[in-house]
Amino acid sequence: MKNHHLNACVPFFVVTFLSVAAAEDVSFNRDIRPLLSDRCYYCHGFDESHREAGLRLDLREEAEHVWDVDSPDDSDLMLRITSDDPDEVMPPPSAHKSPITDDEVALIRRWIEQGAEYEPHWAFVAPVRPDTDATNTSDAIDDFVARKLATKGFRFAAPASPAKWLRRVTFDLLGVPPTVNELRLFRKAVEEHGDAAYSDAVDRLLASPMFGERMAIDWLDVARFADTNGFQNDAYRMNWPWRDWVIDAFNKNKPFDEFTIEQLAGDLLEDPTEDQLIATAFNRNHMIQAEGGSIPEENRAKNNFDRVETTGTAWLGLTVGCCQCHDHKFDPLKQTDYYSLLSFFNQISESGMTSKQMNVKRPDRPFGVKYAVDKPYISVGSDEHKQQLADAGAKVAAARKQLETRRDEYVVEARTWVQEIRDDPVLGAERIKPSEYVARFVHNADLDNPKDGGFKQLIETFLKCVEPWKSIQDEISAEVARESLLQEKIPLVMVMRDDQPRETFVLLRGNYETPGEQVSPTTPDFLPPLSVDENLQRPTRLDLAQWLVSSENPLTSRVTVNRYWQLMFGRGLVSTPDDFGLQGALPTHPDLLDWLAVEFRESGWDVKALLKGIVLSRTYRQSAMVDEEVIAKDPHNEWLARGSRLRLDSRLLRDQALSLSGLLNTKIGGPPVAPYQPGGIWEAMSLNKNHYMQDEGEDLYRRSLYTVWRRVVAPANFFDVPSRQSCLVTLTRTSTPLHALTTLNDTTYVEAARVWASSLATIEGETERLSQLFFAATARPLEPDELASLRGSLEKARHRFEACPDEASKLLSIGEAPVTEDLSAPEHAAWTTICLLVLNLDETLCK
Amino acid sequence: MNPLSLNRRTFLGSLSLSIGMPAFQNLLAAETSSLPHFPPKAKRVIYMMQSGGPSHVDLFDDKETLRKMQGEELPASVLQGLRQTTMTAGQKSKPCLAAAWGGSRRGESGMWVSDLLPRTAEIVDDLCFIRSVHGEQINHAPAMTQMLTGNNLPGRPSIGAWLTYGLGSMADDLPSFVVMTSQDQQGSCGQLFFDYYWGAGFLPGKYQGVPFRGAGDPVLYLSNPDGVSREARREMLDGLAEMNHFAHQRYSDPEIETRVSQYEMAFQMQASVPELTNFSDEPQSVLEMYGPDVHRKGSYAYNCLMARRLAERGTRYIQLMHAGWDQHGNLPKQLPVQCEDTDAPSAALVKDLKARGMLDDTLVIWGGEFGRTPFVQGDINNPNAHGRDHHPRAFTIWMAGGGVKPGTVYGSSDEFAFHVAEDPVHVRDLQATLLHLCGIDHERFTHRHQGLDFKLTGVEPASVVKGILA
Repeated sequence: MKNHHLNACVPFFVVTFLSVAAAEDVSFNRDIRPLLSDRCYYCHGFDESHREAGLRLDLREEAEHVWDVDSPDDSDLMLRITSDDPDEVMPPPSAHKSPITDDEVALIRRWIEQGAEYEPHWAFVAPVRPDTDATNTSDAIDDFVARKLATKGFRFAAPASPAKWLRRVTFDLLGVPPTVNELRLFRKAVEEHGDAAYSDAVDRLLASPMFGERMAIDWLDVARFADTNGFQNDAYRMNWPWRDWVIDAFNKNKPFDEFTIEQLAGDLLEDPTEDQLIATAFNRNHMIQAEGGSIPEENRAKNNFDRVETTGTAWLGLTVGCCQCHDHKFDPLKQTDYYSLLSFFNQISESGMTSKQMNVKRPDRPFGVKYAVDKPYISVGSDEHKQQLADAGAKVAAARKQLETRRDEYVVEARTWVQEIRDDPVLGAERIKPSEYVARFVHNADLDNPKDGGFKQLIETFLKCVEPWKSIQDEISAEVARESLLQEKIPLVMVMRDDQPRETFVLLRGNYETPGEQVSPTTPDFLPPLSVDENLQRPTRLDLAQWLVSSENPLTSRVTVNRYWQLMFGRGLVSTPDDFGLQGALPTHPDLLDWLAVEFRESGWDVKALLKGIVLSRTYRQSAMVDEEVIAKDPHNEWLARGSRLRLDSRLLRDQALSLSGLLNTKIGGPPVAPYQPGGIWEAMSLNKNHYMQDEGEDLYRRSLYTVWRRVVAPANFFDVPSRQSCLVTLTRTSTPLHALTTLNDTTYVEAARVWASSLATIEGETERLSQLFFAATARPLEPDELASLRGSLEKARHRFEACPDEASKLLSIGEAPVTEDLSAPEHAAWTTICLLVLNLDETLCK
Repeated sequence: MNPLSLNRRTFLGSLSLSIGMPAFQNLLAAETSSLPHFPPKAKRVIYMMQSGGPSHVDLFDDKETLRKMQGEELPASVLQGLRQTTMTAGQKSKPCLAAAWGGSRRGESGMWVSDLLPRTAEIVDDLCFIRSVHGEQINHAPAMTQMLTGNNLPGRPSIGAWLTYGLGSMADDLPSFVVMTSQDQQGSCGQLFFDYYWGAGFLPGKYQGVPFRGAGDPVLYLSNPDGVSREARREMLDGLAEMNHFAHQRYSDPEIETRVSQYEMAFQMQASVPELTNFSDEPQSVLEMYGPDVHRKGSYAYNCLMARRLAERGTRYIQLMHAGWDQHGNLPKQLPVQCEDTDAPSAALVKDLKARGMLDDTLVIWGGEFGRTPFVQGDINNPNAHGRDHHPRAFTIWMAGGGVKPGTVYGSSDEFAFHVAEDPVHVRDLQATLLHLCGIDHERFTHRHQGLDFKLTGVEPASVVKGILA
């Protein structure tokens, strides 16, 4: 039976630590708990409802009868895990768990011999700063990393060249490549000032407003931010001021505790500012279901599920979602904990659908844009705009009144009008085409009841068709259009507000229809208690937010530091950034993680200081160019014996192309923009005829961060990105032919290549031009073999386009940017080919 | 053979053949080396998803009782206070509405098929009908998500992602998992398709379905930019590969080799996809079988023929997504139109596969995310203003080929076509069966994510429907 089991799901860390463990004391946290959790806790763990034989192994006092420290091999535990009898062996074949291997059995035997001690799960105990002689973050990182390198038989790689480091750090902190000039100045600065130049460079980067934009991309993924509501209707929302708040918060280096508190509970602060209210849109960034047929109560429950799970993932690194339906199988999280957390968020007057819809049609656009937002919301804009909007609203009301005062009159006329349609189908078809939606009401509307839904719709239709009502109706429409155009300038930002007290119940199996026991707002037992103001009757979201960033909380600082580490190195010290629980990966460098977590909190949650410490470390500064053997021994670079070399986020790839070509528009903030996208993508994904209306001019070249993001269909030229449908903190990095097609053929890249090519025309000499082109893209000088190769490619392209100049002109007409006349068409097309080639070099695609 | 160990001339010369593909396939093989668990009956799957909820009552599950009780209230003992969508939850009267068209028992199996589906009726002895499928979800998105990913909440890998993850690729120059969407011609009762219906969930992104589009490039960004010929692109890619080869010598990073192979596969796709979509080599008789719509790009008929062509060329999992079965308000008019669009192409695909000897190892599935209520939605006396609401408690799908017993009618619903009467088949059971036919034990095919071993069929019990296996 045993060998039929799939081995693919043996957790990686078990394999990794076995060889180490043989030489050391067995550690419960490192060696035993992962085994027990993986193979046993599902049936013998925390979840009472699923516990078999009354046995739980997650608590020592409940488990100690299954072993005998003096005679391990006679222990029930050992007998069961080593049995050949399929009815006896644990885990049983029916559990479809991997069998316990001989090595693992040996490990458990030695653990029992050594006293079978338990330890609390590392992540649930507050971090204590481990010993190191280092006095700053960079040195501490290097000390802890060096210790691991020594035990693993690695050494630090040589440092990356100054230019390579600058490219890496500029991408990591700003999300764009450095300019050629910045690269040159930095090389010179290093020659003159040595290490001080690195620190100066980081200060310059951290002071750039692009820093906030780069950090925002990451946080927007966590916060499942998008420009539409999702689901079938997928109408627009207007929450982009929250996105700008995030950019600004990072640029101002808002301490992470304030960043947390304002987003989770800015509205509950004393006398909150407009910015603090906008911050709370964090918890309104979830999708909104407003489909006909959907049930508001169910939707409200799902909104709250999303808030609990996003908070659980983003701050606590826990998979709380499991507890929507049942107690957690591995972590000490109860289903009641989930709903207790939910009750913090369940005090809002949201409708469970959308409460305000509008259709905004700009005069210069072929189609309108449908917005649908839900209460509560605030309008964000200047006083002047707000006054204009109020005036416009008054005009709408006046126009409507004009119609309403004559209501009796038009209802009578409408009744006659519909009756005539019923009586004369030919006339009827002229008035209302049978294919129109409203036609379905003609025969079954109750014409004696003006409140009848069908009759109401027919009255609407009548008013739009027949004078004098048509003129009045047109005037109303014109005033409404003016009002909504103004409204678009004063976005309605959905925010959190505790404006509808609700009782919260456990929902059995997560079903809103089957409430169970009532719960009150509190935090899970196994974590430090919530401290609550005694004057308050009931803890609020503010208490929850403050609890998350309290010095006792063992998770928030670790989880946050880990996510920033992942952003810089492409892999977290805990490789499961969304799971710090019992089934999550153990940290590769536990001491380092704890040191950073403590330092981060004690520094006043200073994000810029943390990042500066990381990027100035020797660890970060290593070259990625190492022997094959190092890569073979550590393919995922867990032990950090080299610099990270990973394909850039696809959003950064686009920004890189724009930046290298000089097209990048550095404007910060504002409503989303619609750059190039092949036709038909949105339309195929629209019930409500959501049309993609491409922008023009400078708006085509904004950073990817501002590209309009429809929840049901992500921007076409982004790949390996989160769907922005729910919170995501893990990275995906794959390589497929479709990615290659994107960066080879998308207008964005082709136009960037063409514009970049023309900007190089001012450089004298082919060699110099190729060298600079390559240096700008890779921050590395061109080697002779590479120069020869690029020249060969250039020569072939030149030859080809000279033979068919028409083809050259076609290539040069791609994209809206004007074509300069510095180069002949074939020459320009040939250089465009080379620029596109360089944009697609592996070294350009990677950081 | 490590292509990067060759000298430059040989290296570049071999590029246009299949450089990189072996490396790519090795990667796949390493992850799931123990699959399949047993010899598969089906090498590939074509799932014709009929989204919106085809009316089993009208099409396959005619009931004498409904005919007798036409217009009378559906008994409360049948309704049992079960939840309905808000579209009919408030409707006080729920009168029975029998199938509005005739039909007859067909073939040796004697399966009743509506006259609206004449071509399907002709091949009932090649098909296996299951009339006792059931699930819990009453709205489209959760039910579609459940049917296609095993869970009603978005984010799990879709069936196609699981299969290609488990079994790998059979084609060098085409994606293993292709999705094609189409809509009813009126566009009046269509549903939107979310990309997570063919998503990879927590599996690596390369296993997600590749959408082939009905307009523009079949694959996004497939065409070279204007002014760049295939020869010019070849030259540029050779230059690019050479530069990447130098970089590989410097960095020793195996990812560079993968990158080179992906660019090469992209170039191959640029040739194979246009060849795939060029129907000029199809005999007239075949084109006629799929119907006149076969020439209209993006139509259901076009997609059905594309499915066969993809299947021939090694695509493992093909998911056709057809919207337009959601007839709430005007079923008597909309259902015939919808049937006319889909009947001939669906049947043609089965016949075509059979004629080519491919039906034996191709599993074909036709079905929606649920059926429709045996009671009317709207005004029973006004056929232009009535239809049926969603109904997941008993509905019908059919399967063919790939190890399924032909000419079978499995399971049944009660006299109102409301509840399952015999041999219930949960959505999960269907999924377990699909995997089984592909040589996979659904209990053993797991992927670890967030500390849990996930499987397509989820945590609730699921079993293979043995009664339909050939």
